[in-house]
Amino acid sequence: MDGTRSKPEGSLAGGHPSSALERRLLGGALLIGLLGAFLFAWGARAAREEGGDAPLPAHLSETGLFRAGSPDRIHPEALAYAPVYPLWTDGAQKRRWLRLPRGTAIDGTDPDRWVFPVGTRLWKEFSFGRRVETRYMERLSDGSWRFATYLWPLGGGDAELVPESGAQAVANLPGSSLSHDVPSETDCRACHGGRSSPVLGVGALQLSSARDRFALHAEDVRSGNVTVRSLIERGLIRGFPSSLAAAQIDAPDETSRAVAGYLFGNCSHCHNSEGPLRELGLDFDQSAAMPGGYARMTRTLVGQSSRFRPFGSADSLRVVPGDPERSTLRVRVASRFPAWQMPPLGTQLVDPAAVELLDLWISNLNPSPPAQKDPI
Amino acid sequence: MKHPAFPITALFFAFASLGCHPEDKPGGGSALVQNLIPPSGKEARSAASDPYDEVARGAHLVLTSACHDCHTPLKMGPKGPEPDMTRMLSGHPEGMPVPPPPAASGPWITAALATNTAWAGPWGVSFTANLTPDRETGLGVWTFENFKQSIRTGRHMGQGRPILPPMPYPMYKNFDDAELHAIFTYLRTIPAMKNRVPDPLPPAAAPGAPSPSPGKHG
Repeated sequence: MDGTRSKPEGSLAGGHPSSALERRLLGGALLIGLLGAFLFAWGARAAREEGGDAPLPAHLSETGLFRAGSPDRIHPEALAYAPVYPLWTDGAQKRRWLRLPRGTAIDGTDPDRWVFPVGTRLWKEFSFGRRVETRYMERLSDGSWRFATYLWPLGGGDAELVPESGAQAVANLPGSSLSHDVPSETDCRACHGGRSSPVLGVGALQLSSARDRFALHAEDVRSGNVTVRSLIERGLIRGFPSSLAAAQIDAPDETSRAVAGYLFGNCSHCHNSEGPLRELGLDFDQSAAMPGGYARMTRTLVGQSSRFRPFGSADSLRVVPGDPERSTLRVRVASRFPAWQMPPLGTQLVDPAAVELLDLWISNLNPSPPAQKDPI
Repeated sequence: MKHPAFPITALFFAFASLGCHPEDKPGGGSALVQNLIPPSGKEARSAASDPYDEVARGAHLVLTSACHDCHTPLKMGPKGPEPDMTRMLSGHPEGMPVPPPPAASGPWITAALATNTAWAGPWGVSFTANLTPDRETGLGVWTFENFKQSIRTGRHMGQGRPILPPMPYPMYKNFDDAELHAIFTYLRTIPAMKNRVPDPLPPAAAPGAPSPSPGKHG
């Protein structure tokens, strides 16, 4: 045998040379194992910290929203924001955050189609009198996005990952016998998959430094909330023309802008000219860079034939100028029959403010232009 | 909670093979009818064995998956109800009078029109869709992605309203992409029929019932 190997083994272990070797090997293996486990855990944590592709954490506190060890203190790199035209979710109170990996920035070269770097994370918290759920999306290293929801337990503590199938009846809707459901992952993608970027509510018009005081359900910009201007100043968006930092929807008056804004915030993620429903020819999208957004929207809406045909009706139009009750848009926004309602998911209560606004707008539309018969 | 009636979809798996099958139609029909029936039975199965004949494969899948049972209206023939192939896959006939469905009684919770194209249940009344390539009233403007996502998600065009019973999408979502593509490709080849199928009715507004304002369902 090799004496140079057996001597130190014996001297170190103080026993039989072969068992000393075994112990050393075992000790080494343990060390390597411990080191490996540490590196794996560190790597997974680092991957999450840097927005990598680690498996979805079981708890919200592990997604990077909070300071370590404190599920109530927001991480300083998580940027709070509030869109100008928020989505109606049965009156839920919401808080939202965006976190970019360190040293990265949003590509704003196309002012209307921001590109988010790999590792970008976003959160939206829903409250109905109490904190109920926090939705999470993250851009993975292959450029795709993943979606998850974390449910806040009634008794307090960390929010827990909800299965992909979602969760039913997790909270009562105030003033109603209905209850709030957590959407399935499929439903997340139904809304977020309708255009080139799945990030909704973060863009030139939604984070505009010019707020629309007539916007429905508008939220005050809290101290520290980011806007387009602050993103530019902090170097968190590149290539975006600063002249558009206070862009607004181009509309002839406040009511028209509020209508266009509501439909932009609540409907354009499906009804736009680039997504899977583009062939329907219904476009609620708006642009910071191109003027005429309101006019473009109304061309696909007012006097246009609707594919929605209630039983017994001879014809239907998306918007009948001067007649809200016969306008498909108003009928479907004001319905919560599941097969009629718009939006088709994510809400169980009619938004009364939206119905009131649409009634006002449609009633005041000039009925003189002849209805077009383009069926699409 | 979601609409309590929707889980009822599961009850309808058993209905997938109701009614007469197009293959059962007595022979000797008109040339038009013969042309409308794509490769059927053994003929279709033989064609489907050619992986390049996607249309034949789609036709075979449509025939064997009972699509005609609900999407092609039944009419009364010499042997009883049979699919009206002059309206092949065009869904519930537009303008057809539909009286109010019978009231549910005990465990009897559903009713179907004699055409098999309108179904009443706790979800309201659903009408089977026009699957022909007509641009205004059928699937003409649909993309394959719309079609695939509809079957996979159970939502109209993959993003819209829930697809109602008795459409057995929970079973059909197990088709693989190639099968769905073959079905969609075949549906593109059948004659386009202009037939605007009504949208579903809520339970309280079934045909003949007092018609509430559509805006009052919230």
